Amino acid sequence: MSKAVVDLPPKGGFSFDLCRRNDMLAKKGVNPPSYRKTGTTIVGLTFQDGVILGADTRATEGPIVCDKNCEKIHYMAPNIYCCGAGTGADTEAVTDMVSSQLQLHRYHTGRESRVVTALTLLKRHLFNYQGHVQAALVLGGVDVTGPHLHTIYPHGSTDTLPYATMGSGSLAAMAVFESKFREGLTRDEGIQLVAEAICSGIFNDLGSGSNVDICVITKGHKEYLRNHLLPNPRTYVSEKGYPFPKKTEVLLTKITPLKEKVDIVEAGDAMEE
Amino acid sequence: MSIFEYNGSALIAMVGKNCFAIASDRRLGVQLQTIATDFQRIYKVHDKLFLGLSGLATDAQTLYQRLVFKHKLYQLREERDMKPETFASLVSALLYEKRFGPYFCQPVIAGLGDEDKPFICTMDSIGAKELAKDFVVAGTASESLYGACESMFKPDMESEELFETVSQALLSSVDRDCLSGWGGHVYVVTPTEIRERILKGRMD
Repeated sequence: MSKAVVDLPPKGGFSFDLCRRNDMLAKKGVNPPSYRKTGTTIVGLTFQDGVILGADTRATEGPIVCDKNCEKIHYMAPNIYCCGAGTGADTEAVTDMVSSQLQLHRYHTGRESRVVTALTLLKRHLFNYQGHVQAALVLGGVDVTGPHLHTIYPHGSTDTLPYATMGSGSLAAMAVFESKFREGLTRDEGIQLVAEAICSGIFNDLGSGSNVDICVITKGHKEYLRNHLLPNPRTYVSEKGYPFPKKTEVLLTKITPLKEKVDIVEAGDAMEE
Repeated sequence: MSIFEYNGSALIAMVGKNCFAIASDRRLGVQLQTIATDFQRIYKVHDKLFLGLSGLATDAQTLYQRLVFKHKLYQLREERDMKPETFASLVSALLYEKRFGPYFCQPVIAGLGDEDKPFICTMDSIGAKELAKDFVVAGTASESLYGACESMFKPDMESEELFETVSQALLSSVDRDCLSGWGGHVYVVTPTEIRERILKGRMD
């Protein structure tokens, strides 16, 4: 009996149809490309009123910096944010997916989302794919039971900690935390410490760089400080720019004017009886 | 040898003042042999949205066909064109669906969104979006392109100056890459017109 390939509408989730072709190419010596990684330093700490999350903003593709100012602190719920390290596509996709699931859950229950809900949804997904979905996350938020901070590893294990770091710059950031962290920090002290930890990652780790993003979550309120610190401005910017006196040689030019869309006048004359 | 170096490509998109430019090289090769010198890498999805696909040419064509199909269905259902931000999310989802057996393509998306605000975006082959405010590059010549664009870019350029900058950045970068070149194809799009130009470059 011939194998009839029925073109079913995709049910969502991953599709593996190109795997065989890609394996065949790999055997012929054609290697797959490197994926965009967020080399990264991500940190989180709990302070007296809630949690503070911090991240650097460099995204790399192999040794090249492809994005100097990317966003690594992802929205999960109004009271929960998640920093992501590892393969960029995996962290974005997994946080988006769990964020949508949390929204549906909120509609279903009519209550504010809890951090442990997000934690369980993330760890179940990551364990399901046995570490192939390379997302290392620092999840933090404040719900009815109080402030929570968790780390999630790509294979699905989790930790609950008062302060946490992940990513290639985690050792540099953890060194700062281990020496300066104490219980009961105030908001400003907390922000200062997180900024210092991220800067330590930015300046000492090659996979992290550019600016510092910070997110402060307290009961009923959150503050996303995008580019809180910019410790790496461009050192030399040419004032004159590059004038090109000799114009580029053009072989052919085709100009397509874009059609003006006609406005339909709604208010017309009323129909006569 | 990487899969991206099989066909060779170079793509840039750059933002100007109420306009954008998207440019590509024109070579199609099979490793070191050149097969075509007029290969089209940039496709028009609708009047204000362009898609450039670098990487393996066969995957680029397949991906383009699937995206055009989805966009046409969207146009029929919604009775309007897709916004560039929405299209970028669509491409990202399509690429991430194949996370463990990906298409070997790096798309560059450029369009005019609400109130004709220029939008550019690139992704890696599994759909990790990079939304830049100045320029995005893709292809085998990407390292040279990053350098050239970083130094030549200025914010708020008018369309003629933008065309000059994009062309110079493209031509100088592909001159340092064996696998791309053979001229250039530049689209400069403003809210009132699309200017398509073919550049004369080194044919080696």
